[in-house]
Amino acid sequence: MSSDALTGSSMNSELTRLTAAELAQKIHSREVSAVEVTQAHLDRIAAVDDRDEGVHAFLHVDASAALSAAALVDESLDAGTAPASPLAGVPLALKDVLTTSDMPTTVGSKILEGWRPPYDATVTARLRAAGIPILGKTNMDEFAMGSSTEYSAYGVTRNPWDLRRIPGGSGGGSAAALAAFEAPLAIGTDTGGSIRQPAAMTGTVGVKPTYGAVSRFGLVACASSLDQAGPCARTVLDTALLHEVIAGHDPMDSTSIDAPVPDVVEAARRGASGDLRGLRVGVVRELSGEGYQPGVRSTFEAALRQLEALGAELVEVSTPHFRYALAAYYLILPSEVSSNLARFDAMRYGLRVENGATSAEEVMALTREAGFGPEVKRRIILGTYALSSGYYDAYYGQAQKVRTLISRDFAAAFEQADVLVSPTAPTTAFPIGDKVDDPLAMYLNDLATIPTNLAGTTAMSVPSGLAPEDGLPTGLQIMAPALGEAVMYRVAAAYEAARDAEDGGPLIQRVPGLEVSA
Amino acid sequence: MSAPASTPGLVDYDEVVERFDPVLGIEVHVELNTNTKMFCGCPTDFGAEPNTQVCPVCLGLPGALPVVNRAAVESAIRIGLALNCSIAPWGRFARKNYFYPDMPKNFQTSQYDEPIAVNGWLDVELDDGEVVRVEIERAHMEEDTGKSLHVGGATGRIHGAEYSLLDYNRAGVPLIEIVTKMIPGTRERAPEVARAYVTALRDLLRSLGVSDVRMDQGSMRADVNLSLSPRDSGVLGTRTETKNVNSLRSVERAVRYEMTRQAGVLLDGGPVVQETRHFEEASGTTRPGRRKETAEDYRYFPEPDLVPIAPSQEWVEELRGTLPELPWERRKRVKAEWDLSDEELRDLVNAGALDLIAATVAEGAPSGEARSWWVSYLAQQANTRGVELAALPISPADVARVIELVASGELTNKLARQVVDGVLAGEGAPDDVVKARGLAVVSDDGALITAVDEALAGQPDVAQKIRDGKVQAAGAIVGAVMKATKGQADAKRVRELVLERVNA
Repeated sequence: MSSDALTGSSMNSELTRLTAAELAQKIHSREVSAVEVTQAHLDRIAAVDDRDEGVHAFLHVDASAALSAAALVDESLDAGTAPASPLAGVPLALKDVLTTSDMPTTVGSKILEGWRPPYDATVTARLRAAGIPILGKTNMDEFAMGSSTEYSAYGVTRNPWDLRRIPGGSGGGSAAALAAFEAPLAIGTDTGGSIRQPAAMTGTVGVKPTYGAVSRFGLVACASSLDQAGPCARTVLDTALLHEVIAGHDPMDSTSIDAPVPDVVEAARRGASGDLRGLRVGVVRELSGEGYQPGVRSTFEAALRQLEALGAELVEVSTPHFRYALAAYYLILPSEVSSNLARFDAMRYGLRVENGATSAEEVMALTREAGFGPEVKRRIILGTYALSSGYYDAYYGQAQKVRTLISRDFAAAFEQADVLVSPTAPTTAFPIGDKVDDPLAMYLNDLATIPTNLAGTTAMSVPSGLAPEDGLPTGLQIMAPALGEAVMYRVAAAYEAARDAEDGGPLIQRVPGLEVSA
Repeated sequence: MSAPASTPGLVDYDEVVERFDPVLGIEVHVELNTNTKMFCGCPTDFGAEPNTQVCPVCLGLPGALPVVNRAAVESAIRIGLALNCSIAPWGRFARKNYFYPDMPKNFQTSQYDEPIAVNGWLDVELDDGEVVRVEIERAHMEEDTGKSLHVGGATGRIHGAEYSLLDYNRAGVPLIEIVTKMIPGTRERAPEVARAYVTALRDLLRSLGVSDVRMDQGSMRADVNLSLSPRDSGVLGTRTETKNVNSLRSVERAVRYEMTRQAGVLLDGGPVVQETRHFEEASGTTRPGRRKETAEDYRYFPEPDLVPIAPSQEWVEELRGTLPELPWERRKRVKAEWDLSDEELRDLVNAGALDLIAATVAEGAPSGEARSWWVSYLAQQANTRGVELAALPISPADVARVIELVASGELTNKLARQVVDGVLAGEGAPDDVVKARGLAVVSDDGALITAVDEALAGQPDVAQKIRDGKVQAAGAIVGAVMKATKGQADAKRVRELVLERVNA
């Protein structure tokens, strides 16, 4: 595909290059209609999202639903009603792991091909209530298991920075949609880094909120104790605006936190002024050493210098048990997966393979054989083994103990520092096909992101420049204590402003092949 | 180990108890009568159209999450307290993983090693008044499964069926499983102890108001574990678990049958196979359940979608305050209040009449009349209909009203029975029946006086006896008057009139 295909008509392209905050301002002041904004993004999707050659961020686009939702916002504004939310009228890309009553929900799996949920996820419902038109559902690794989106049953998503490369995963579709200017806002879910790692690899912003901050009702589970939905956008402020729309207590989710949502929008605005004096930033020794690509290290070093320049005090912290995080994660996650995915058995919904089967058990087995991809099967087998009688204590039990130790490491580190930082991922986006047959290499992508999921704390990735050796984006991970989102957004916004100033503009504007021919 | 060539025979019951000690263990599943399911807001009504009481949560749809029903936890705690258990201050649900089409998530959410109530007991009274203390190991909460209906094939079982239908209305209905510790030392009374325990538990749960406890509808289900030890050896034998035991009588029969069957196997030199068996109501026998080729491994682990249940001490004490008078306390009280002998009390209990009488008394009736109605006329009616006393379509309040109408003279005993017949026939409350059937007592003294005078004139010798002070002779005249008035008269008033008119 030529780079020409990645350009659209000038007016529309101008709209798609704006931030969500800017779009909201224009829509709410009636300078432009929500329908026009939504149409511009639909046009952009049509131009760049080809499944075979384009970005392929979307599995399903529902133009009429998105336009009707936008029209309702316009009507309401025309009638003089105040906007339903600060983002009313700004369209969004929704990861295909959250249920939608008006669109299919496949979770990137054949086993749910064509399934139309009879209900909206709480996140979906909150988006609708906020007047945010949903453009469609984005691609992902099957059941959110993967770090490249290559494990989607519906084809890979390509990184807008280089279409031969992966966009990260599992939420590669949402991140790529942002980087390709197909949507100004997106929702991801993060079980071990599925929001943050794709954000790093696409030069976008992604937040994994505190476990329980955003309802999981309607989020098709990968691993229940680790999954968390979160906001994604191209700027820290846009991410904060979306965060406030989706976060908050939900009685339908027992693990939802019944506490006020931190004022992250205010924190992002305050942070943008660029003053971090008095703030202690912990550099995690275990997450800044070996195994990182040189450009990841050099951009990280540069980020540290920028934080220091903003007035932050850098302190080195040690988290000795993080070295066991990956092992513990790959016991806890598959264990929960093996149970969560048991329901896909052809009896009630989704794929059904009979092939002459004569019993329910055979139908179940044939369906699961045909419906699940290799990574999902791998993890179901791992988890089934780890939970087996006689192995439970050695595997699942030990892993839970490691989890406790990691939480303690975080607690101790947060005694010394207000936030912790590390590179988000060890490498920049790798070529499609590079690691798909090497699960361990793939798992190592999430080394720095997994501890946060195990501890239930919050973390985000902000773009930290391009690696000199390949010109691809890297991400700075900022981690904060549970419900410490405000300080995290503040640091992120300050760093973003400083880096943009140094670079002479947002990194994302340098995505190749996206220049508008005015 | 190869199977024996022929099935060993049953052993005579007396021989069984001579040579073996039975060891019982009973697991009872009780469906709670909460308005909504264990983890969602769907109704729990019995008998609704299939798959009409379902939602994304109880259908286990992708993305749906459970939320614990507080009312179910309350019921569980109250049951635990009534069974003298300790209430756990903290406990998690677990997932029991296995594939079966009637389980929407292919795991059952259940308390596994952290039950809400542990270490209690229930005193159980046998027919002859002996009291056996059954120790309770645990009571825990879980969700029920859906129901499978296997269509085609001869047996109605899954094997050989052409297809199966699934009804998920029951999926997610809250269940409490109450598990006894091993009950040793019951000897020849094992079947009776088993029945008495399930009966006592049913009465307890009924008085708590937490369940419909209808064994016939499956809202109470008993699984009976039984093993035999060589007599006085103290060596535990291999146990079987018998399911599908759907009535109190079946509990007793199932235990008795398993004792004779297992003794036959053991005396034949064979081992008892540890297995699940099914009770066959018609034949009173048990048959082996589906033999599994692989051992079940349920891969229990803590349910990550739920937070732990942590009832505060204050809440538990508040719930303790809501416990009603429990059956054994009530027995003790009524025995004293009604001045009953042990035997009389036991008869009332065995007839299932005690609670009904107490409830009738609570509605304002004197205990003697209440007892009399329930153990004689109503017991006959129940017997004729082949139902339990409690299943008669008449409430204690109805009976109390009938007694009141008799006491006020508006009904005679004979008319009162007709009123009760009307209530049983579904004609409405006692007052409705009185009105509809025109059963008001003849209270016009003028008409009665004529009848009394005629009766006295008709039997002058009896009249003379009365005049001579033999007041009991008045009965014959009263009888004649009642006959003449076709029972419509108030016998008490007739008697007064007889004594009045005889000297007139």
